Amino acid sequence: MSSEEIFEPKIVAFVCNWCTYAGADLTGTSRLKYATNVKIVRFPCTGRIDFLLLLKSFAQGADGIIVSGCHPNDCHYTSGNFHARRRWIAFRSILDMMGVDVRRVQYSWVSAAEGSKWADLVNNTVADIRALGPYTDYQKVADYLEKEVQDGEA
Amino acid sequence: MSKIGVFICHCGENISATVDVERVAREIGGMEGVAHAIDYKYMCSDPGQTFIKEAVKKYDLDGVVVGACSPRMHEPTFRRACAEAGLNPYLCEMANLREHCSWVHEKGEETTEKAIDLVKMLVEKVKKNNPLESIKVPVTKRALVIGGGIAGIQASLDIANTGHKVILIERDPSIGGHMSQLSETFPTLDCSQCILTPRMVEVAQHPNIKLYTYAELESLEGFIGNFTAKIRLKAKSVNYSTCTGCGACIQKCPVKKIPSEFNAGLGTRTAIYVPFPQAVPNKPVIDRVNCNYYKRGACKICEKTCQVGSIEWDKEDEIISEEVGAVVLATGFDVKGTDFFPEYGYGKYKDVLTGLQFERLASASGPTFGEIRRPSDGAIPKKIVFIACAGSRDPAKGIPYCSKICCMYTAKHAMLYQHKVHDGESTVFYMDIRAGGKNYEEFVRRAIEEDTVNYVRGRVARVYEKNGKLIVKGVDTLLGGEQVEIEADMVVLATAGVANCGSEQLAQKLHVSYDPYHFFAEAHPKLKPVETNTAGIFLAGACQAPKDIPETVGMASGAAVKVAALFSNNELVREPIIAVVNRLAPPLYSTCVGCFMCETACPYNAIEHEEIKARDGSLIRTIARVNSGLCQGCGTCVAFCRSKSIDIQGYTNEQVYAEVMSLLND
Repeated sequence: MSSEEIFEPKIVAFVCNWCTYAGADLTGTSRLKYATNVKIVRFPCTGRIDFLLLLKSFAQGADGIIVSGCHPNDCHYTSGNFHARRRWIAFRSILDMMGVDVRRVQYSWVSAAEGSKWADLVNNTVADIRALGPYTDYQKVADYLEKEVQDGEA
Repeated sequence: MSKIGVFICHCGENISATVDVERVAREIGGMEGVAHAIDYKYMCSDPGQTFIKEAVKKYDLDGVVVGACSPRMHEPTFRRACAEAGLNPYLCEMANLREHCSWVHEKGEETTEKAIDLVKMLVEKVKKNNPLESIKVPVTKRALVIGGGIAGIQASLDIANTGHKVILIERDPSIGGHMSQLSETFPTLDCSQCILTPRMVEVAQHPNIKLYTYAELESLEGFIGNFTAKIRLKAKSVNYSTCTGCGACIQKCPVKKIPSEFNAGLGTRTAIYVPFPQAVPNKPVIDRVNCNYYKRGACKICEKTCQVGSIEWDKEDEIISEEVGAVVLATGFDVKGTDFFPEYGYGKYKDVLTGLQFERLASASGPTFGEIRRPSDGAIPKKIVFIACAGSRDPAKGIPYCSKICCMYTAKHAMLYQHKVHDGESTVFYMDIRAGGKNYEEFVRRAIEEDTVNYVRGRVARVYEKNGKLIVKGVDTLLGGEQVEIEADMVVLATAGVANCGSEQLAQKLHVSYDPYHFFAEAHPKLKPVETNTAGIFLAGACQAPKDIPETVGMASGAAVKVAALFSNNELVREPIIAVVNRLAPPLYSTCVGCFMCETACPYNAIEHEEIKARDGSLIRTIARVNSGLCQGCGTCVAFCRSKSIDIQGYTNEQVYAEVMSLLND
């Protein structure tokens, strides 16, 4: 990457409303700076996140994904973050088996009081994904599958 | 096609300083489905809201996106404005251009582009929004106050005086908290117990307050207006309905050497005990850990002494259930012990005390009846050193924050010492003197000028014992870093105020947030200081952060007003952010296949079985149905659903999908 211009990865963050979204608000209130690459999609709880959305995001050109919610035991809804964690553990191994680069997904916990942790998480994820380069592998698979579906229908 | 109105706020300069707001409005204005896009200096102001209302009518908008601050701040404001203009409030969304964009990025092209992306994302979402109706729920007009210190006492009395019932629970055998332990209070030097005990009695006698001492919260379920609290009444081993509080059992109890919690370990108590003479209720409990009977199965002297037969050996913990509509958390704080300080002797030196222990020495109700005497030999210390900021403002100790009260109580301690020991010499080592508050600075000046307390600006590196004296080695930074060594008879550490033990577990039971130091987190640092992020749960006092008595009382009254305001409604309006199972026309009825994975996912038992029956009453299928009263809208069921039949309003699959696609397709 050295000779070319710096690669700006597209990163989507799926966060819960109660901890990480509020934590990111605190980052703002504290005026801590971080990279512009990450855009937040708000969910009520990480337990709400359908992990197929992660694959869809990769198919649409995301280079990296952050999933972040409340710390264990701190879930606003008691147990949503445990469901999400368990789902992620299962999903991660499936992704890995499929050949999807699991380093592209950063799974974290940021509480409503951890404004600086959110800034660090974003900056570190951007740096990591930047080092990994653009992610197109899954996009190719998805494009191929879509084409096959269309051909099949035709 | 949709007709979306987009309103971009400058927030004064908070957004416009780093985001080119005109460009955002211009580019969004060109988006498909956007009928109207403007920017304005203060969208939340009256004229700003009027712009929205007028546009809704003029352009017949079917969706509104406001690009401004966090929706956690002003979403209700803009939704209300839309509702007033006749648009369903749930067709209004906010793009967070301030907390998530302008405040966290430098001015530049990328920042404006990110702002555009964020607004686009919400425009795509709002296209998929459905009009929703708010849910009305009843309010149980009874409050639960957790913690019987001055915060809990004040909050309970204030709520009770508005005519509502209060349940006050206290972990210890008596209410009173830390305030009851204090000798005199700054900056007036009025006796703490003299001002507190009348309030304690008022609590006990108030017709609207039900007091449970020696009780802890077991669990809290439900939601604002409709909580169910399970309270563990710990076994007191004494029947309070017959006990007269005569105290004969306490005098006869043979186990006398238990360090007294009330006296911060300086005095002793018996196994059957009342924490202090003015306790409310003034009836004893048996400490089962130390009682001879519970330890060895023999003794029962108290039972023989008791004239009314109140001792209940086999009493067990009882768990009661109470319905409440609001909760006030007033669990207070704790102070670090001297054992936290290796440099000051790990708590090994008997004459190195905490501020709280000094309070007990100075208190007329304390172990020395108000005389300042060394715990080691009972001698009156002629030289005393106070170390402020013991632990506080020290990142190396993991306590980077200021404990706020120590500057003031250290000045008070030095003053009290000088008043009691006229020929004594007192020195205070301090980092800075923080005396913000009415008459606070004057109070510190009085200590320095009238009571000739020697203030040394610098830190103490070490305290060690030599020939029965405590050698305090410090530095005087105002004398150019000169080393100071004082031979003291007593050293008092103004140890850091920390979160009360068990506060993390309590926060988890209540689902309220807490900070890295385990103090409970307020909903907004400035504008919602007594609210938590969990609706219906409020904060009072030092459980939120260290604070002094006037502030605690003010906060407690603030929390009480919030509770009273909540109770002024007969029913509450709840956001309709709940899950729904789709229903279709026969013969499909629903895409739900009745696997009930959602039921296993739901933390609120909100999933019911709905039987679809034919006209002859025969069962066609059983599908899931959401009880809208119980559902809290976490959406865990949505991720579990295999046939995508259950969806959550406000965060539907379609909405979320549209958001993600808009972010990535450009």
